[in-house]
Amino acid sequence: MKPPLLIKKGAEASLYLADWHGRKVIMKKRLPKKYRVSELDEQIKTYRTIHEPQLIHEAKKAGVPTPTIFLVDVKGATIVMEFIEGKQAKQLLSEVSKSERQRLCFKIGELIGRLHKYGIIHGDLTTSNMILNPEGKIFFVDFGLGEKSKELEVRGVDLHLMKRALQSTHFRFAEEYFNAVIEGYSKVLGSETVKNVLEKIGEIEKRGRYIAERKKGE
Amino acid sequence: MKGRKAGKSYCLGIESTADDFSVGISTFNGEITANVISGYVPTKGGIHPREAARHHSEVASKILEKAFKKAGIKPRDLSIIAFSQGPGLGPCLRTGATVARALASYLDIPLVGVNHCVAHIEIGKLKTDTKDPVTLYVSGGNTIVSAFDSGRYRVFGETLDIALGNCLDVFAREAGLHQRVGEPFGAAVEKIAAKGKKLIHLPYTVKGMDMSFSGLLTAAINLLKRGEYKLEDLCYSLQETVFSMVTEVTERALAHTEKKEVLLTGGVAANKRLQSMIKAIAKEHDAKFCVMPREFAVDNGAMIAWTGVLAYTHGVVTPIEESFVRLRWRLEEVEIPWVK
Repeated sequence: MKPPLLIKKGAEASLYLADWHGRKVIMKKRLPKKYRVSELDEQIKTYRTIHEPQLIHEAKKAGVPTPTIFLVDVKGATIVMEFIEGKQAKQLLSEVSKSERQRLCFKIGELIGRLHKYGIIHGDLTTSNMILNPEGKIFFVDFGLGEKSKELEVRGVDLHLMKRALQSTHFRFAEEYFNAVIEGYSKVLGSETVKNVLEKIGEIEKRGRYIAERKKGE
Repeated sequence: MKGRKAGKSYCLGIESTADDFSVGISTFNGEITANVISGYVPTKGGIHPREAARHHSEVASKILEKAFKKAGIKPRDLSIIAFSQGPGLGPCLRTGATVARALASYLDIPLVGVNHCVAHIEIGKLKTDTKDPVTLYVSGGNTIVSAFDSGRYRVFGETLDIALGNCLDVFAREAGLHQRVGEPFGAAVEKIAAKGKKLIHLPYTVKGMDMSFSGLLTAAINLLKRGEYKLEDLCYSLQETVFSMVTEVTERALAHTEKKEVLLTGGVAANKRLQSMIKAIAKEHDAKFCVMPREFAVDNGAMIAWTGVLAYTHGVVTPIEESFVRLRWRLEEVEIPWVK
């Protein structure tokens, strides 16, 4: 058995690629953050270690591919889950044709729609957290900041984050991507809900600091 | 070019986005020869934009005079005038802009409108000798995590509602703490928090890369009013929670961009606890930690002057008819031709 290999030192957790009873797995370990006082650190780590696998599991019921959870070690703040082979959407989007990009974004929107319809909020929708496997299935990973809710406000923030992530990482095509995401989202949730969510996103953006659109409402 | 003294070119920068009116003078080589700040202190409550603007117009000529004296130059020695065009409070911005326009027209030299947030980053880079940092800018009006990418400073994370400094200020005011002259209200929280030991649970609200402080502030004020907890424990818990939030977001930006420098600036940068947290994540990611000295971390004219130089020497000028203030001018809207 090979020792676990650190493949990503994220800000929130470290990801190790490991061999676990003959399976290729990801071990997601939340390391203590020295900058936080230990009580707060413990609170945040425990909360996220318990909630993330729950949401990953629930997402499957909603029809969204996610890694299979094998083990949750709350004390060790570690989650052992299936390793998803494939490419991050972040990388993929910059490599493929325009029509393929739109198809992918539409699909991503559809998956977000399924999560929201089922009452799951991802909490960190970025193109680094979506992986396309060789069979063409898109997996959602990293539910560490997720929650359960069907509130319009929370759905709006979730999609607003997706929009923001597109703007910061894929600024050239952000609008094109986001429109395709919304189309896919609309397919699942219907135009009425989408209208409300889009209005909410507008409202959230205006709440943000220094937004030009806010002038109109003043 | 007009206005040279001993072969040097000078830019005068006017800062007036919020409660401070400040005039700075920078040479075209980035030598800051003056940085005079006059803060408006409200008699009660927070900043009233109109009252602050009145303060600015009252002190403007005196501050200008002081700055020229400090730099040892005459108005005729100036080559350009820069001013903070936004974002900020309307009446305050307009006061600064009016002074800038008048000076530029009278001296018949170019005017350069500068984005306040860009200026904080640029003076930070100049003063700490950083090249390409992840910047955490925390003040009473802004909470922004940004980094340069493809021609602009991109916003990686920011507050969804109020600024972190505002959160501390309001809490301090609600708790009846005393503001010391020349310091923000929130600074009083730091002193008391140092005595706190017990962590009281407060909502920890990080959403993706963004943060929310308003609910947390309400929760903290409610606990304060209930009177069940010691003030020092509340201050301690408030600080620990909000600083952990910005530190988490900054660390994520650092991990994402893989940049090798972290710059901490804005009025809240003076907080020692926040400094120690940001320092810790910088170390974790093998990045250099830089914190701005207070004089240049708070709103100041020098940062406007220096950014004016950078912009002007890269072809940016603001014709008077386009020099209207921009209250909601976002950081990422500004093209940065001087960074490659």
